[in-house]
Amino acid sequence: MDDIKLLEAVEQYINGQMSTDERVYFEQLRKSNPEIDQLVVEHTFFLHQMNRFDETRKLKHRLNDVHIELAEKGLIKSAKLKGQAKVVYLYNRYKRVTAIAASIAGITALAISGLFIYLSPAKQKGEIEFLSGEIKAIKNQSRQQTKEINNIKENIKVSPATTITYRTGGTGFLIDSKGYIVTNAHVVEGAHNVAVQNAGGTEFTVRVVYTDVQRDLAILKVEDNTFKVQAPIPYSIKKASADIAEPIYTLGYPQRTDIVYGEGYLAAKTGFDGDTLTCQISIAANPGNSGGPIINRNGEVIGILSARQLSAEGAVFATQSKYIYNALKQLQKDTTYQKIKLPATSSLKGADRMQQVKKISDYVYMVKVN
Amino acid sequence: MKAEQNEKALLQGLANNDKKAIETIYKTNYNMVQALVINNNGSADDAKDIFQEAMIVLYEKVKTGTFELNCLIKTYVYSVSRRLWLKRLLHQNKYSLSGDHDELHAVPEEDMEEHERLDTEYTMMEKAVNTLGEPCKSLLEAFYMQKKNMQEIALSFGYTNAENAKNQKYKCLMRLKKVFFTQYKTD
Repeated sequence: MDDIKLLEAVEQYINGQMSTDERVYFEQLRKSNPEIDQLVVEHTFFLHQMNRFDETRKLKHRLNDVHIELAEKGLIKSAKLKGQAKVVYLYNRYKRVTAIAASIAGITALAISGLFIYLSPAKQKGEIEFLSGEIKAIKNQSRQQTKEINNIKENIKVSPATTITYRTGGTGFLIDSKGYIVTNAHVVEGAHNVAVQNAGGTEFTVRVVYTDVQRDLAILKVEDNTFKVQAPIPYSIKKASADIAEPIYTLGYPQRTDIVYGEGYLAAKTGFDGDTLTCQISIAANPGNSGGPIINRNGEVIGILSARQLSAEGAVFATQSKYIYNALKQLQKDTTYQKIKLPATSSLKGADRMQQVKKISDYVYMVKVN
Repeated sequence: MKAEQNEKALLQGLANNDKKAIETIYKTNYNMVQALVINNNGSADDAKDIFQEAMIVLYEKVKTGTFELNCLIKTYVYSVSRRLWLKRLLHQNKYSLSGDHDELHAVPEEDMEEHERLDTEYTMMEKAVNTLGEPCKSLLEAFYMQKKNMQEIALSFGYTNAENAKNQKYKCLMRLKKVFFTQYKTD
């Protein structure tokens, strides 16, 4: 107890919070007691260290914020070397290697084609003509098919012209800027039409391209031509599982048109009844939050909120993010979807929460069904 | 004449942690440093690290209050960045910075040594703080860095009264000091 009082006095002395009398008394004490003198010297040094640590840390944060902001506004050459900058960078880095490789390849190609022309027998014309004839036949056939399809389409077109009234279903978020959105399977279950609406209120029709009821995952594809290819997605999808007590947050549309922020922590690595597909989180969530991203402080998506087991007193469960990778693998068995690429690096590391949320909300959509 | 005053104002702003000033210095100098690093075997992430460290060197310098600007901020930041990057390359055994090093003399050797010392101290404190765990870490930060008083702290950390919070804070501080000084003395 005395030690505590002494330290308090020392701090008051160092910070100049003592009255003149107290000060005189303390200085005398300091002179007569070398231990106290030592403590004052040591503590002054320590407080100074702590202050400087705090200042430098603040400056580091500020520098990071400034970097992100300036890069965003395009006032400095982009931080993450997105798009063109990356090409320029890689070009500069490898131009010599590329040039050498290209010239070797060119020379080899010339040599081989020369040899080939020189050595190959000069026939095969008939075969080629035969093939092109076949192609012509196929062309005609496909033309006919298109005509038929168009006829059928025109017949059908009458029905969807009526306006569709949607009801709110849940939340979804972009996993590829070409317009692929992840949400919960139960959100789009049994829906005839599905649409998404962004934070700005613009609506896009989507098609469900993949569902996995067991993992409660669905992937939607935006079908509207008005959907613009967005800037690279700021967050990444985490492959590894998250740690218990890790602070997390979510964004969603819990049955309203405004985006709503909620924060909490990862409560358990498994879900309801030890279910290994999900994990338990502690966060305030309502039904419309289903399908929203669960994001950690580095801006990595660690799960997809699925409020389907809300019966268990306030506990919320989330599908683990690694299953997005699995789902995508399944989906990519169909070659149409080969080009989908999940964002692997987060550009939000080190940014403060407000900035993160500001950037992410453009990529979180309300999912509406009817 | 006016340019010189401008530079002075910018440095003053940096010392006071003024966002506008930091932004201006950042904006006018970042691309230069990024080009330097990228043209010398570095990535954009390296460039960001190096530039921000150079900003910290400048900050430390203006914080001492005795900083006499005998060259432009641009020159100073460039030579510090160059030195820092050179050091990192040497560290990775990838030394390949071409050209002569005349412009390095814009930064006195003492500045770099001073920065190195401060940087080790920063790392030590960071390590020490990180060994603390909660609620110690937040408690000390609230008191010493955010300068909150004990009543506020007791309230927000759920202690029954300020006296309890003070006891807890004392224990935490002793732990932090012990860890810090053990590192400091063995270094």
